Amino acid sequence: MAVVAAKPSEEPKSNTKTTGQTDTITLRISRSNPSEGQESTFAEFQVPVQKWTTVLEAILYVKQNFDHSVAVRYSCRQASCGSCGMKINGRPALACYTKVSELDSNVITVEPMNNFPIIRDLAVDFKQLISNHKKMKPFIIREDSEVTPDSKEFIQTPQDLEKFLQFSYCIKCGLCNSACPTMATDESFIGPQGLAQAYRYVADNRDKGKDERLKIIDDSHGIWRCHFAGSCSHVCPKGVDPAMAIQLLRGYMLGFRK
Amino acid sequence: MAERLSNREGIKGMANPTRYGIERFAYWIQRLTGLGLLAYLIGHIYETSTIVNGKIAWNQMLELTQTPQGHILLTLVIGMCVFHTANGIRVMLGHGGIGVGKPGQPEYPYKAASLNYKQRLCIWVSIALAALAMMYGASVLFGD
Repeated sequence: MAVVAAKPSEEPKSNTKTTGQTDTITLRISRSNPSEGQESTFAEFQVPVQKWTTVLEAILYVKQNFDHSVAVRYSCRQASCGSCGMKINGRPALACYTKVSELDSNVITVEPMNNFPIIRDLAVDFKQLISNHKKMKPFIIREDSEVTPDSKEFIQTPQDLEKFLQFSYCIKCGLCNSACPTMATDESFIGPQGLAQAYRYVADNRDKGKDERLKIIDDSHGIWRCHFAGSCSHVCPKGVDPAMAIQLLRGYMLGFRK
Repeated sequence: MAERLSNREGIKGMANPTRYGIERFAYWIQRLTGLGLLAYLIGHIYETSTIVNGKIAWNQMLELTQTPQGHILLTLVIGMCVFHTANGIRVMLGHGGIGVGKPGQPEYPYKAASLNYKQRLCIWVSIALAALAMMYGASVLFGD
């Protein structure tokens, strides 16, 4: 199997479409190692696929059969761990959650997510995302505790739960931060992931840390830099809808919500 | 070097309206029309400031705007102004949490409630209003 390096701008054209039967696609994988000064190039591989083959499986096929040095982060293979986020045909998506057949093309291009430093090939550095997530104090803040023997559990109705439940499904895959137009230009921006998590705890009726969190996000690189482009919600694989969380959170800042 | 290492898309990525639906397109147009209106405001201040140089200077400036090119420019300004205002109201309401849907249990295939039909309808209405205003403006400007 020949591995052909091509310039990133060169996009091979395809006239045929992927069918449900065993087919062969061209998988273009972005190869780079910035810390070693290696510029990005594309390596092309011919990969047999079936209608249920995911992009991650296609990449793993390449690792097993052609080039084991392709760097890719993955774990659960079922959209639960948030490890395999990457740009697939120009859009951020989870490789394990994207079937080759649904891309409607015989040429699949995979690149590392934008707005994250590249470690190597498809693996990116999540340091900033995790640090911004921690900055939002992602835990219940209150004086008392429900785990001491003399206390009772905190009451929460199903309606209370529904106010934040969907935002607690965030798997920290970073796709929202990769799609965000503000993240593209502002490296200090908290990002949709962090802001959505701030809302998740602010909306939790057990939490008493609302003022603390609102103070953190009321920053020149905080919530005011979001312009409601909605791209974060477009790419979220878990239905978290960070755009909604941010607008509802801003409602608290503007006094529309208590 | 730092930019390459951080892999940020930069202005090119921010200004690319093609990948994330009509909401991203509206975001892009809103920014573009904002810059256009800022440029017009500066030009307009320069234009009207010529009056301090006397009536002849003022009339000469007016003649400059009473050309087909000047009319096309004004028609574009009308369109930019109407779209920016209408879409701006949608965005401002959204920023207050109005019209962005209610949190709930997400169900596959996970359609984002904040990107609902009301938002999309408002964007299309903004575009339609801008187009109508431009047509009316052009008919008045070129009508004589």
